[in-house]
Amino acid sequence: MVRNAVLRDALGIGVAVGAYGLSFGAAAVTAGLSTLQACVLSLLLFTGASQFALVGVLGAGGSAVAAVAGALLLGTRNSLYAVRLSSLVPVRGARRAVAAQLTIDESTGMATAAPQGHEQTAFWATGISVYVLWNLATLLGALGAARLGDPGVIGLDAAVPAAFLALLAPQVRDRQRLAVAVAGGLVALLAVPLTPPGVPVLLAGFAVVPLLVRR
Amino acid sequence: MIWAAVLAASLGCYALKLAGWSLPARWLERERLQRAAVLLPLPLLAALVAVQAFADDREVVLDERAAGLLVALGLVLVRAPFLLVVVAAAATAGVLRAL
Repeated sequence: MVRNAVLRDALGIGVAVGAYGLSFGAAAVTAGLSTLQACVLSLLLFTGASQFALVGVLGAGGSAVAAVAGALLLGTRNSLYAVRLSSLVPVRGARRAVAAQLTIDESTGMATAAPQGHEQTAFWATGISVYVLWNLATLLGALGAARLGDPGVIGLDAAVPAAFLALLAPQVRDRQRLAVAVAGGLVALLAVPLTPPGVPVLLAGFAVVPLLVRR
Repeated sequence: MIWAAVLAASLGCYALKLAGWSLPARWLERERLQRAAVLLPLPLLAALVAVQAFADDREVVLDERAAGLLVALGLVLVRAPFLLVVVAAAATAGVLRAL
């Protein structure tokens, strides 16, 4: 019974994340990537915020180095998720290599919230469900955007900041986090005229420093 | 150049994931490191919102994207589903441009 509920939730999350996948595929093509490049990102990189950041910086004319640096900074939290998961989901060898790829916000959230004894099921079911649906949705989104032509005309360029806002909103849980986010946005805008595209986003990362020094 | 970025970011992000599964836990359980990794997405995502909505190459501009972002903010505040937020922002900018 509990196992069925866990599996149902895993599928539900996969479907919800599919919506992000559609807009990621569209955003990638809008930014100038090919459909194949968009799909390779979802297959190999497979961590939503990093993928959006990479294509966002490339689309704005940023260098490959700035784009990769932004994606990596956003990917660091997956290392900490993996530490947490390694105590809940005991795996070795080749299975661990697969588990690593499935280490993302959703699978970690489901595994840590699962009833005792069902952590492994929750992790694998959520990871696989999100992986399959995210990749299918990326392909559909990329094909759809590739057919639409000039992205500016139908406002697809305005969809990208909205997507980042929707990724950001659930993380703003208190005033301190709101302050860090607002500071990051301001730092980036101040840096836009002064630095090459892509660099403003990296500079915004320094907004966390005051919070680490205090206490 | 795009392929290089795609493959480098994929390799790097996979290495970050695998590191957490493979390194001794105490290496990554330092409190300051944890806080940094948890908080880092906030300013980065906010910066991406700002840059994608208000930057045109190296200029800060106010155009139809800002109107789209305002609509998105309203929808996010009432916890609208992701796809609705994104589509509404795009439609707002698209309609304003067509006027």
